[in-house]
Amino acid sequence: MSPLSTLTPLTVKKPSPARNRLRGGARYAPTLATVGLFIAMFAVGAGMYPSFLSGQVFLNLFIDNTFLIVLAVGMTFVILTGGIDLSVGAVVALSMMVSATLLQQGWNPGAVIVLVLLIGGGLGLLMGLIIQYFDIQPFIVTLAGMFLARGLCYVISLDSIPVNEAFFTGMAQAQIPLPGDLFVSPGVLLALGIVAVAFFVLHHTRFGRTVYAIGGNEHSAMLMGLPVKATKILVYALSGLCSAIAGILFSFYSLSGYSLAAQGMELDAIAAVVIGGTLLTGGTGYVLGSVVGVLVLGIVQTFIAYDGTLSSWWTKIVIGGLLLVFILLQRLFARKAR
Amino acid sequence: MKSLLKHRLAWPVIALAALLLLNQVFRPDFMSLRMQDGHLYGSLVDIMRNGAPTILIALGMTLVIATRGIDLSVGAVVAIAGAASCAYIAASPEPGSPVTAATAVLIAVVAGLALGVWNGFLVSTIGVQPIIATLVLMTAGRGVAQLITGGQIVSVSNDSYKSIGAGYLFTLPISILITAAVFALAAVLTRRTALGTLIEAVGINPVASRLAGLRARNIIWIVYVFSAVCAAIAGLMISSNVTAADANNAGLYIEMDAILAVVIGGTSLAGGRYTLVGTVVGAFIIQTLTTTVYTLGIPPEVTLVFKALVVITVCLLQAPKARNLLSRFKAAPKPAAKEAAKEKVAI
Repeated sequence: MSPLSTLTPLTVKKPSPARNRLRGGARYAPTLATVGLFIAMFAVGAGMYPSFLSGQVFLNLFIDNTFLIVLAVGMTFVILTGGIDLSVGAVVALSMMVSATLLQQGWNPGAVIVLVLLIGGGLGLLMGLIIQYFDIQPFIVTLAGMFLARGLCYVISLDSIPVNEAFFTGMAQAQIPLPGDLFVSPGVLLALGIVAVAFFVLHHTRFGRTVYAIGGNEHSAMLMGLPVKATKILVYALSGLCSAIAGILFSFYSLSGYSLAAQGMELDAIAAVVIGGTLLTGGTGYVLGSVVGVLVLGIVQTFIAYDGTLSSWWTKIVIGGLLLVFILLQRLFARKAR
Repeated sequence: MKSLLKHRLAWPVIALAALLLLNQVFRPDFMSLRMQDGHLYGSLVDIMRNGAPTILIALGMTLVIATRGIDLSVGAVVAIAGAASCAYIAASPEPGSPVTAATAVLIAVVAGLALGVWNGFLVSTIGVQPIIATLVLMTAGRGVAQLITGGQIVSVSNDSYKSIGAGYLFTLPISILITAAVFALAAVLTRRTALGTLIEAVGINPVASRLAGLRARNIIWIVYVFSAVCAAIAGLMISSNVTAADANNAGLYIEMDAILAVVIGGTSLAGGRYTLVGTVVGAFIIQTLTTTVYTLGIPPEVTLVFKALVVITVCLLQAPKARNLLSRFKAAPKPAAKEAAKEKVAI
């Protein structure tokens, strides 16, 4: 059960006092800090606004951020290997545009979803191949991917395209009832399913172990005979696939396609992963932490919506501030580890 | 001829020339310049004028990238500088006077200075990765800009202020003259003093340069401050050109254009070697590319796709592995030395 179990071979290989210190509570500390922050924010919200303390407010955090959760899952894989993917927001927008256009032309929704997943995964795979085989920084390759995907959006259409297709509108309106008059959307279940799969893959499969090993030290991973190349390429393909899924979930949510949609969402995803306790240098972090990171971002927005006097730009400032605090925390932990 | 082709700037210059020629073919009056009301007019002047903010930011970015860093926050700094100066002018008792405009410029530059100090502090003193350190300001910066403008687009009417982005001096647009002055300053400071060499040394190996007695920390600090001040001046140009500050859209994606210009110009993202002239050529290529898209009658929204293809092509051409592949086709074993040099850097 312990997510650490898969990591023990790595840590046992080279036992040093510093490593040992990290193996204890400190390894979980950034993620636990995030969980604490979330609980504290929820408590403060409940203290300030009586209606805040309800199950539905909590569930709405999931409903309103399904796509961000899925994006953060893909981004966690990438950042765990020590990379970064700046293209995710643009791929979300591209997926929305493609599905909205094709649905308008009367395509079967199933075929549209399959095609969108292929486009997202294919784009990610292509970026991974370029990063790996030409040894170019992930940052610049995914930046080009972002340009490409956003440009293709503009080529498809500059206007917002509505989605009237029955399956999509059905998914948008569907509510899955939970005990106590609560409900979630089908997208939430899908997102949580993806989180569960990602958790299993990261902590209980050879692929996941390799992801952590690459982030820990790529050179050592290579010397250990791990499939470093294939894993790195797959990680970007996975992130592309997650972006495409997030795009479809966002289509369910907004029932339209718009080329300017999801602008800056890559930053939200990176912020969620960082706030969730994943080290940007790679090798340490948990996908569940990223989910909590998304919830923290969500609760910031809920707060600002509840307050009414604060304007929406405060969201950006608060997210930037949180990002800063967690990056400084990371530095602190990294110093201790050394 | 062969040695000329091997020059670092050869390919960017050839690309720029090819783009200009392409325009000339489709629009015969493209290269022509004419005088009108004592001002110089023509497509070339337009390209330079519209490209001035990008060139300015790319100059700052070049030095940052030379230290193996990156500055993602320049777009946000553009927005903050524009917001601060326009908000000051709009709120001042004499919104039209030259003194107000001068104070507004001062405020924007000081704001840029402060933001650069902040970025430099995170990178050099705290030791945060540059991408992430500047990501913080990139995320929060536009929020701060909106805070300053109150979420509105603040428009101003001040002739002195307007002239920064839209005025003419000695028959040339003032924005071009400002950019040229900053370029000259950067070139003299980094190529006629030891500063340029120090920047390269820090980029090649920060630890070794510190052991060699360089104050690596201060040099890193200087480049981030320079980058942010350049961005602030560019923000002044952009906001003065439209006489309004738009916190949401001013300088949007300009960091991408600037990085692109630096990379096209031949500065390696791995740090250590840089060329300011190359960056200027790179920025011209980007601006000309945008113009070409208009000239050819291609819908302007396709520009981004073009840019994406250009980045990838240029990066592939720069990548040692791709060069190896190419040279294997030519059956010439010359890149061995280059590979060896890169190995050394990696160690």
